[in-house]
Amino acid sequence: MAEQKPSTAIEAVESGLAAQGYIASRQIATAVYLSQQIEKPILVEGPAGVGKTELAKAIAAWRGMKMIRLQCYEGLDEAKALYEWKYAKQLLYTQILKDKLGEVLGGARTLHAALEQLHDFGDVFFSKEFVEPRPLLQALEQPGGCVLLIDEIDKSDAEFESLLLEILSDFQVTIPELGTVSAITPPTVILTSNSERDLGDALKRRCLHLHIGFPEQRLEERIVESRVPNISQTLRRQMVGFIHEIRSLDLKKLPSVSETIDWARVLVLLQARELDTAIVKDTLNVLLKYESDIEAATPQVTTFIAKAARSNVFG
Amino acid sequence: MRENLHRFFRAARGAGVHVSPAESIDAMRAVRQVGFSDRAILRDALLLTLAKSQDEKLALGDCFDLFFSQPEPRQDQREADSDADASQDPDQSPSSDATGEAGESQRPEGLGPLAQMLLSQDRNAIAAAIASASGAASLSDIRYSTQRGIFSSRILDAMGLQRLRDDLDELTASNPALAERLRAALDALREAVRDTVSQGLALYAREETENLRNEILRNAPLARIERRQLEQMRALIRQIARRLRERYSKPRKRQRRGHLDVRRTLRRNAAWSGVPFLTAWKRKHRDRPKIVALCDVSGSVAQVSDFFLLLIHSLHEVVDDVRSFAFSSHLIEVSDILEKQSPEEAMAEIMSKVGFGSSDYGSSLVDFEKEFMRMLTPQTTVIVLGDARSNNLDPRADILRRISERSKRVVWLNPEGRLAWGFGDSEMPRYATFCSVVRQCATAQQLERAVSDIVATYQ
Repeated sequence: MAEQKPSTAIEAVESGLAAQGYIASRQIATAVYLSQQIEKPILVEGPAGVGKTELAKAIAAWRGMKMIRLQCYEGLDEAKALYEWKYAKQLLYTQILKDKLGEVLGGARTLHAALEQLHDFGDVFFSKEFVEPRPLLQALEQPGGCVLLIDEIDKSDAEFESLLLEILSDFQVTIPELGTVSAITPPTVILTSNSERDLGDALKRRCLHLHIGFPEQRLEERIVESRVPNISQTLRRQMVGFIHEIRSLDLKKLPSVSETIDWARVLVLLQARELDTAIVKDTLNVLLKYESDIEAATPQVTTFIAKAARSNVFG
Repeated sequence: MRENLHRFFRAARGAGVHVSPAESIDAMRAVRQVGFSDRAILRDALLLTLAKSQDEKLALGDCFDLFFSQPEPRQDQREADSDADASQDPDQSPSSDATGEAGESQRPEGLGPLAQMLLSQDRNAIAAAIASASGAASLSDIRYSTQRGIFSSRILDAMGLQRLRDDLDELTASNPALAERLRAALDALREAVRDTVSQGLALYAREETENLRNEILRNAPLARIERRQLEQMRALIRQIARRLRERYSKPRKRQRRGHLDVRRTLRRNAAWSGVPFLTAWKRKHRDRPKIVALCDVSGSVAQVSDFFLLLIHSLHEVVDDVRSFAFSSHLIEVSDILEKQSPEEAMAEIMSKVGFGSSDYGSSLVDFEKEFMRMLTPQTTVIVLGDARSNNLDPRADILRRISERSKRVVWLNPEGRLAWGFGDSEMPRYATFCSVVRQCATAQQLERAVSDIVATYQ
């Protein structure tokens, strides 16, 4: 690869993601660029709905690679994440091959000799054919590389984290019966977390740590523009301004980018030209997901609309 | 530039960001990719590789801004050289580094280089010289504010102050006007060096000072914490609670598996004529941790109990079943208050309800026996925190005896020194008879040990 100036390369990442409808801030683009250059996973943290999972999808679409997703939950273990033996197939094969086994073993005169021969093909049943690859192993076996999304890692148990360490640092897994499987092409690994619990230092150390917060107003406008193209510019400004005002409240769950996009769609559907108190109050439940939040926000709606409209004049 | 990065890592550690050698290697690799040309990208790259949480990102961002605030002109100059020979030399940063250093080291040997530099008013060159001299004087070793003077003079010496003085003497004789200018420039230089040293102190000494302060705090008597240290002490207690939580909340699951349960394994595999495809394991029995904490909040020990309740509050995640009580002249349950409110609010509410009275252990124990005795089980650990000074009222040690009979054990934490036990109105010796453990618990460190021991028995 020709030496490229990092700033241009980062811009290339930005525009590449933008082509997939993902408007990335420069930090995000830098993280994606670096993870590719120094082959490290990215650990993405941030509140729900700011586009952590979306980022992985956009990278996969941009690079034209397959995306393999591993959704984490409590109790997720090796057998579901890494690989499993096809027990039924093993059993079935031993049954089918019973005669053959008898034949082979029949040649042996003593029990000891039979055992020797049995050792020779004992490994047959623990070979690649009987391994059922789960997402992590699948990701390593993709010849063209892939984007491996380990979603909501904070939901899994602490034990599962340790399982990931090998794959994250060396892109390989060790299966006791088969040995070490290394990645054909190191996958791009994205881990997401809602910080429900603190992740271990060992895991964090192996990753680039990217925090995606709520975007700035300009950036959010661009995001809305790319996702909901048929919304008018004035309305877009007003609604994003309004949402930024809402975020200054002390709410149980602040509206995030995904809610902004939903709301934009709703407003377009209702053919709103401008924000007004009635329409906001009617659609507030798209933004806020708790009754108490809606109650807290409702009295402020008029002031917020006024503020959003005012910032509009100067912006 | 590598030297600079290393100094930055030290500064980052000073700012409270954990930078392990592996992380610094990653950061180096990242920096090699992005180069030094764009400061914003460099900042992002370092933040991505070094910081591991949002707090650390903020701290590291500040640290970055402070660190690269002064040597800015120097960097521009670097850029200029490196841009000039960039086209033929792909490995630009080390080479320009080398030439830069060589140039700097030559200057002091030349004829009055410092004087020339000062007179020419080349600010870039001066800044560069200060930076390299502070490297030579190993400014990054600065630890205490009292060392500022010695580091300043070391840096000035490294820049060739001696030579400058000679020049100044000569000039005073030959060219007084120029000497005057040089003297003014020297004063400005001294000031610049002093600023550099102060910045260095802010960058590198924080870690050490913080460690020292924490060490002192850990061993300071909780009852005599000064007001301004309260916040730091709270932070320290929170740190202790987090450590306890990390130590005791994780490995519980795995350890529970015991021996192979042969009977259940055979039964489960009856379908395969007893070939054990599926195994069944016995589970080790473990007591569910139950803690009952009784906390004296009377005037004499209020501050210690404040911290103790804070620790109990933070321990709720390790131990499911904690019930806490506060008392001075009578006793109330405070579990709900502690669980539902932020620590500060909870403390305030508890103190307003029962705090600061004169303590009466006897009637408080009566209150406890009347209402809560039933909840004690043979798995319960009862922790009592107090100085056992009952204002010469009936101590009712018999109730404590019944408590100890009903529970797994009674741990008494006394903020007073052993010497004071039993003197004046202290009833400690009478209570001690019925306690499994009595410990002095006056400092944060002792508090940590005591609670750690209690939680460990349930592991």
